[in-house]
Amino acid sequence: MTDTDALLDVRNIKKIFDTKQGPLHAIDDVSFTIKKGETLGLVGESGCGKSTLGRVLIRLVEATDGSAWFGGKDIFSLNGAQMKQMRKRMQIVFQDPYSSLNPRLNIADLIAEPLIVHKVCSSASDMKSRVMKLMDMVGLARRLHNAFPHELDGGRRQRIGVARALALDPEFIVLDEPVSALDVCIQAQILNLLSALKREANYTYLFISHNMSVVKHVSDRIAVMYLGKIVELADYESIFDEPAHPYTQALLSAIPIPQPGARKDRILLEGEVPSPIDLPPGCRFSPRCSRREDICELEQPELAEFKPGHSVACHVFARGGRYQGTYAPQDQIK
Amino acid sequence: MEEALLDIQDLVIHYEKRNGAVRAVEGLNLRLKRGETLGFVGETGAGKTTTALGIMRLLPVPPGRVVSGKILFNGENLLDKGEEEMRSIRGGKIAMIFQDPMTSLNPVITIDEQIAEMIALHSGLSHRDSISRALEMLELVGIRRERAGDYPHQFSGGMKQRVVIAIALACSPELLIADEPTTALDVTIQAQVLGLMKDLRRQFSTSLLLVTHDLGIVAESCDDTAIMYAGRIVEYAPTAELFGNPLHPYTRGLFNSIPKITGGKGDLMTIPGLTPDPSNLPPGCPFHPRCGLAVPECSSGIRAPLEAGEGHYSACPVTLGGRR
Repeated sequence: MTDTDALLDVRNIKKIFDTKQGPLHAIDDVSFTIKKGETLGLVGESGCGKSTLGRVLIRLVEATDGSAWFGGKDIFSLNGAQMKQMRKRMQIVFQDPYSSLNPRLNIADLIAEPLIVHKVCSSASDMKSRVMKLMDMVGLARRLHNAFPHELDGGRRQRIGVARALALDPEFIVLDEPVSALDVCIQAQILNLLSALKREANYTYLFISHNMSVVKHVSDRIAVMYLGKIVELADYESIFDEPAHPYTQALLSAIPIPQPGARKDRILLEGEVPSPIDLPPGCRFSPRCSRREDICELEQPELAEFKPGHSVACHVFARGGRYQGTYAPQDQIK
Repeated sequence: MEEALLDIQDLVIHYEKRNGAVRAVEGLNLRLKRGETLGFVGETGAGKTTTALGIMRLLPVPPGRVVSGKILFNGENLLDKGEEEMRSIRGGKIAMIFQDPMTSLNPVITIDEQIAEMIALHSGLSHRDSISRALEMLELVGIRRERAGDYPHQFSGGMKQRVVIAIALACSPELLIADEPTTALDVTIQAQVLGLMKDLRRQFSTSLLLVTHDLGIVAESCDDTAIMYAGRIVEYAPTAELFGNPLHPYTRGLFNSIPKITGGKGDLMTIPGLTPDPSNLPPGCPFHPRCGLAVPECSSGIRAPLEAGEGHYSACPVTLGGRR
């Protein structure tokens, strides 16, 4: 059975990479759902497994275990031909518009590529009109159709990436750090484009980013990842207003606020993220956590809902409820 | 007026290419007072790094060329110094931290030797004394002595940047130029490194020129802020004043285009168009083609920044005095 209003229902996904040093647990037992038309933000620091998760969901990387139900079908059980059909419905936009576009193709050919691969055009003129329409949708001037990626700035290149993802009219799009390589002014243009497209066509997004401000701006709900696990999941307001997990609190408190004198105190985490090959036995955050208790070093906490729509994986929180002080950014701004 | 530690006057730097000059820095004026932190903000290609390299005299020549201007450090023009003299200033009185800690360390030399090399070069201490001073520096930046014999690849990004900071501060420089020192790091590690830089700067009474594109970092760690656009400083003010009362239309546009952590969900305000091609700058104010407040005079003649309030300079006469 699947959750009926969920477009994507992810259950107990694991991804273990075999390395010379031993198994690397990139994703460890992650479950969540995304409703149709919703944007789920996925945040975490480098190496936490967020990009791997995005890739696993559209099977660019095969999961080790678990299932992912998309529109009622388990996509991990599909064969190659079935998956190719499924990919029309799920697409990805990559982080780096400098390395994810073939430098030898011009804009029109780059955007036409998915149309050719999936043989959806009846004629050359049909293809041309579709490409032009896509260029209009993402705000690329038609006169640029003969230009090559190196002639364009990062913002326009990322528009090509978005147009390629939209070409097959998908329902679900994984956006893997789509604005991280861009300057703030260009970043604002792309964020506006993504939300305008969503308003028009009701796309469902998985928005992966390390930038909390950007994630808050675009997401309906936010999942916080740490070392292959989701440690907290809630609607965007709750994550920022009442962060429950000590890691979420530290992450929020580390964001520099562009308002002089705003920040009053900050949780400085000790040490660094442990290696995903040599994981701590209990809670993965416990070696850096200022609130850890004995149980944290022994047992892994489960992600559990403590109020409707807000889940957290923390022993201390589960036992004692709320901590003192939230370190939420708005508490720090007078 | 108190003598500034660093006083850049009308600096012009071009990169000369076959098809004409790339005007990377165009008449830049900048003052950094002793003991203060100056944030230097702008987008890719604004000329921030070129300016920083110009101060260090590390520009690739050719194609880079300082066309005119002065860079006064303690009253002496760095552009008049010989290469020999410059080499003793670099790393001694002025140190620089580069953006990418992954590429600024030598991969085949151990960490302690890399720090000691800097100390021996500038202080003339023996190898043994330099190593023991290097170990002290490592502890100061929060790296245990046992790791001193490790190679850079054994360190994480945050730890490598700590090593780079140790090298930069090893000779107690008067001026530290940090070019996007935390851009390659995660936020929680960034917070650690910025905190460390703040403490050490106080301890060594070093002035800091902090080049960054992150307005949050500027707000939290800089006394003064300069906003750069197309090779010029368009606005310069004490940080609190700049954030509270931004005057230049570009500064305002920049502030409006960042998603606010406390803000709502509506569309972000954007600046139309793109930053100009530095080999083909528009006449007059370089921002006028994208500016909603531009008047006909904006397309002719360049104005020197005007003083709008105490220590607050803006290059835009249209918005001066809060009229618009």
